[in-house]
Amino acid sequence: MDHLRRMLLKGAGASGALAVALAAGLLRPSRVLAAEWNKAAFGAASVPDALKAVGASGPADSKDVAIKAPDIAENGAVVPVEVDSRIPGTTEIAVLVDKNPLPLAASFTFSNGALPSVALRLKMGKTSNVRVIAKAGGKSYATAKEVKVTIGGCGG
Amino acid sequence: MSRPARSIMALTALALAAGVHGQQPPAAKDRVTADFEKFRAVLEEDNPAELFEAKGEELWKAKRGPKKASLAETCDLGMGVGVVKGAYVRTPRYYPDVDRVMDIERRIVHCMVTYQGFSEKELAKKPFSSLDRTPDPVSLVTYVAGGSRGMKIAVPQKHPKEREAYAIGAEIFAVRAGPWDFSCTTCHGEDGKRIRTQNLPNLATHDGSLKAYQGWPGYRMTGGVMHTLQWRMNDCFRQQRFPEPGYVSDSITALLAYLGATANGHVYKGPGIKR
Amino acid sequence: MADPMKIRARLKGDTADIRVLMSHPMETGQRKDAAGKLVPAHYIQNISITLAGKTVVEGQLNTAVSRNPVFGFKVKGAKAGDKVVIHWVDTNGDQRTDETTVTAG
Repeated sequence: MDHLRRMLLKGAGASGALAVALAAGLLRPSRVLAAEWNKAAFGAASVPDALKAVGASGPADSKDVAIKAPDIAENGAVVPVEVDSRIPGTTEIAVLVDKNPLPLAASFTFSNGALPSVALRLKMGKTSNVRVIAKAGGKSYATAKEVKVTIGGCGG
Repeated sequence: MSRPARSIMALTALALAAGVHGQQPPAAKDRVTADFEKFRAVLEEDNPAELFEAKGEELWKAKRGPKKASLAETCDLGMGVGVVKGAYVRTPRYYPDVDRVMDIERRIVHCMVTYQGFSEKELAKKPFSSLDRTPDPVSLVTYVAGGSRGMKIAVPQKHPKEREAYAIGAEIFAVRAGPWDFSCTTCHGEDGKRIRTQNLPNLATHDGSLKAYQGWPGYRMTGGVMHTLQWRMNDCFRQQRFPEPGYVSDSITALLAYLGATANGHVYKGPGIKR
Repeated sequence: MADPMKIRARLKGDTADIRVLMSHPMETGQRKDAAGKLVPAHYIQNISITLAGKTVVEGQLNTAVSRNPVFGFKVKGAKAGDKVVIHWVDTNGDQRTDETTVTAG
């Protein structure tokens, strides 16, 4: 909460006007979803808990969510992953590494013409599925790809 | 250095001690290598080395040090004062003002000391990148290397001292020494060698030497730090259990003259990204 | 203050290909320093991207995003000259905003 307040006071994520509104007590922080970091989801230690916290429990498997990632990562500290959803109306994508201590790695929302697509680089502690969840029209879709890790990326 | 980093290095050393692996069955090797290369290309497209290039450019242009001078206004890397373009692919080279051959990091340090008033002793204290700190010469080398992106490697071999540096470098490359009777050539003098999943280039060849010249300065994914050839050479000495060479010393300049001239003619792609 | 980002935004047809490099340690809170002490967690939590003044992507990150993060996004309906603004905030409340303009492919 301290962090959220700091963030809001600095106008991060929220517009200046919004921060002022918050400071004046006109809005409660819980309303400012865009600026809020989903602590429950990112702190979840299991995939089901993380999915529940992002509102995507029991997603349907879909071939229309594509993951590009290496079969074997050269270095677990930097695993390049590219994700695309071809499901019409996709507004949100979440990326998880099943076997990381905190599986949820990142989530993104797309609007105003942004395609539901993201390229990013992840740390992976060991061989694991990389799992992608796409949310569209109130439903969740999932796909996964295994990435073998010979040198883990969470310590050295 | 962090403990995990140290233990990884110890493992690497063990792998070395156990003998570098010979050629793998071609099929297995090709599949893994091809996959690595495909994603290496993805990583190269957006290389965090660019962040260090930007930092280096800022340092190059800023008035700094006790003498409050900028390198852009004082330092001649061989192409004229302040000229960065093309300087990197023409080093190591002979510099008449000091009557000696210098590699790029050595030249930059020379300029920082001579024109900006920094202390060479201080710069040599912790010259290599760690998780917490990137030394200024590292960012500067990365910036200068970026200024040769897309240019042909043309390490000069005209001046007698340039030829001498090359000859000494070739000799250091081959000399067997240390408690393990190692030489650079033990790992890098034959085609098709590897440690674990890492292919080891044959640095005595025209194509092989490019791998090292192209790799450093490079963003090292392990730890996420930027390293230069100066560090790479130093670390090879350590891995061979040789006495540690001095920072920006003659022996490193000589090795780099040998390495660079062997790669002459290849196009330099700019700062690299390494495992 | 945090070092600047490197942002590229190139037009391919009517779609802007936006790539960004961020300078950040992305400390997990699990790493020990040379003295054996845990280095506190320190990572970017929120990023946002606007194109021509409109929010197009908002992201939330965890410690699993690599040190010196790199992202790529695609936005349809972009024009050469459109302004791209990228903003991040980390767990210490540090933040950084950088911008560029979309260039023709």
